[in-house]
Amino acid sequence: MYRYDQFDAAFVAARVEQFRDQVGRRLTGELTEEQFRPHRLMNGLYLQLHAYMLRVAVPYGTLNSNQLRKLAEIARKYDRGYGHFTTRQNLQYNWPKLQDTPDILAELASVEMHAIQTSGNCIRNVTADHFAGAAADEIADPRPYCEILRQWSSQHPEFSFLPRKFKIAVNGGPHDRAAIQAHDIGLQVVRDARGDLGFAVYVGGGLGRSPFVAKKIRDFLPERDLMRYVDAILRVYNLEGRRDNKYKARIKILVHEKGEAAFRDAVEAEYAANAQSALSLQEADIAAIRAFFTPPPLEPRETTSARIERRRAKDAKFDAFMRANVVAHKISGYAVLTVSLKPIGAIPGDASADQMDAVADLAEDYSQDELRVSHEQNLILPHVALDDIPVVYDRLASVGLATPNAGQISDIIACPGLDYCALATARSIPVAQRIAERFGDGARARDIGPLKIKISGCINACGHHHVGHIGILGLERAGEETYQITLGGSGDETASIGQITGPGFSSERVVEAIDTIVETYRAQRADASEQFLQTFRRVGMAPFKEALYERSAGSDI
Amino acid sequence: MQEMITANRLPDGIVVFLDAQGGWTEDFHRGAILEEAAVRANALAQAAAAVEANLVVDPYPIELELRAGHLAPKALRERIRATGPTVRTDLGKQVEGFAPTVAQRG
Repeated sequence: MYRYDQFDAAFVAARVEQFRDQVGRRLTGELTEEQFRPHRLMNGLYLQLHAYMLRVAVPYGTLNSNQLRKLAEIARKYDRGYGHFTTRQNLQYNWPKLQDTPDILAELASVEMHAIQTSGNCIRNVTADHFAGAAADEIADPRPYCEILRQWSSQHPEFSFLPRKFKIAVNGGPHDRAAIQAHDIGLQVVRDARGDLGFAVYVGGGLGRSPFVAKKIRDFLPERDLMRYVDAILRVYNLEGRRDNKYKARIKILVHEKGEAAFRDAVEAEYAANAQSALSLQEADIAAIRAFFTPPPLEPRETTSARIERRRAKDAKFDAFMRANVVAHKISGYAVLTVSLKPIGAIPGDASADQMDAVADLAEDYSQDELRVSHEQNLILPHVALDDIPVVYDRLASVGLATPNAGQISDIIACPGLDYCALATARSIPVAQRIAERFGDGARARDIGPLKIKISGCINACGHHHVGHIGILGLERAGEETYQITLGGSGDETASIGQITGPGFSSERVVEAIDTIVETYRAQRADASEQFLQTFRRVGMAPFKEALYERSAGSDI
Repeated sequence: MQEMITANRLPDGIVVFLDAQGGWTEDFHRGAILEEAAVRANALAQAAAAVEANLVVDPYPIELELRAGHLAPKALRERIRATGPTVRTDLGKQVEGFAPTVAQRG
């Protein structure tokens, strides 16, 4: 993984001391809250419902064991013993004290981490697919490109005060695991006819109150032009993006209002005008960054493991874990393991300090000291030898993290919602918990198959509900929580925005409504192999609407 | 209409309520209940002064109502602020005895 050089270390250390000074001046009153707020936000510190909240960047979702242990240590020492992994591969602490945050940032800096640009109208943490550097189907590791973008965008003077926040995602495999079409810029790693690496470039995706699937504005961008082209997009946006209305300030609105063709022309013109730009990447530059992501030296092993097969034959739960949470690695005899942070009835994305320590130990012992955080709020052990999976599974089970539900109906994305968030209009977590409890991780969940439920507690859509196969949006109506349901959304390479079923459901009725939708799918599917999204796309909304509003008692809102 | 002034304490962000002595308390039960316009205006002025004095941030009045015979914030958002996360009943004011007597869970 990337290691800080002297410049990085000095830069992050300087930011810590700068923030220490700013916090000191705020506490003495030299800075007013209005003056201080932009500074704290640029360092990831929000004020939420119960307390401050610190959002720590996990660049492109990659961690080593020491870093995860440090996150656990901070949770114990400065917070309340846990952290929350977010849909942008970050970690949030829910109870830090303002007066402690400079020390927390200094602790993070000691393991090459920070909270810079995790808030504010700047380029945020660049995210990547969570199987980066490990998946069997990978075209190229997306993380070197993310790191190049991170270095370029950190405290970029031209792009630190954009019209609105800006999110970039890079996906390295043929299947989009990074939801790139829901981002301001989505970069899909591809190879051209000659086998050269480059990117398909998507722009203007986003969720929130105006959801859009990104437009593909380039089929192939040569690798060397990554920064130059992204710079061109940012320059067009910075100049033409709306600053008169916060709700129309994201690049998706500019692309929509200007039109895809005109926007593409403007970007291409800016790109061409800067043909001699110093931003053109040299082969040596790319190679130097790529060297930090050299795959671990894994000796190919037997493609099957007798140890696994013996265990599977006698342990149904382990068998279920193998089916749901284990995917193929690029080196034979190894696998990529998903550690579900969605135990049935637990809070999606939350991990206790003890759980973090346990997973860090597992990464050190069995996964080449590497971890990933997924945007689906799970952790990944990317390089586990097949023969080691039973022992890894047992150790995960001992800390309650062996739930065999990755990709299933109970592997739900949920934002913090009204239990924590100052912007929320309704709670998300209790709905996720009740749905998970309804369907579980057993035979019924396996029969339902891959199904992504995503829940947001307000229209800002941090829970990505628009791209959930089933999306749930929590709203407040006349003082009561109400939940609007969308169907048919998808955040993968076939990205689509979900359609609203109709009137919303009360908190009491929403789980029953989800059950009705699931049973309608099971009745409608061509056979057991047809997944929810496929069935929805084939049969459309009508049977679901009928089941929800005509056959049953209907919406109660 | 009955109201209370709430804010977040500057150094640690913890939710606090303006009490009858013009101080700030973590305990909802000790917050001053405001009924008359003049009292309310005076309380808001005290809150503004507390902002100036760098004690609290973002003060605002919340509406109260009787729930099962006890005063509690009317809005769910404010009940959660005064109580703690409904999904972590081991955290926040609810474990310190500071939460409204009828903690709304539904």
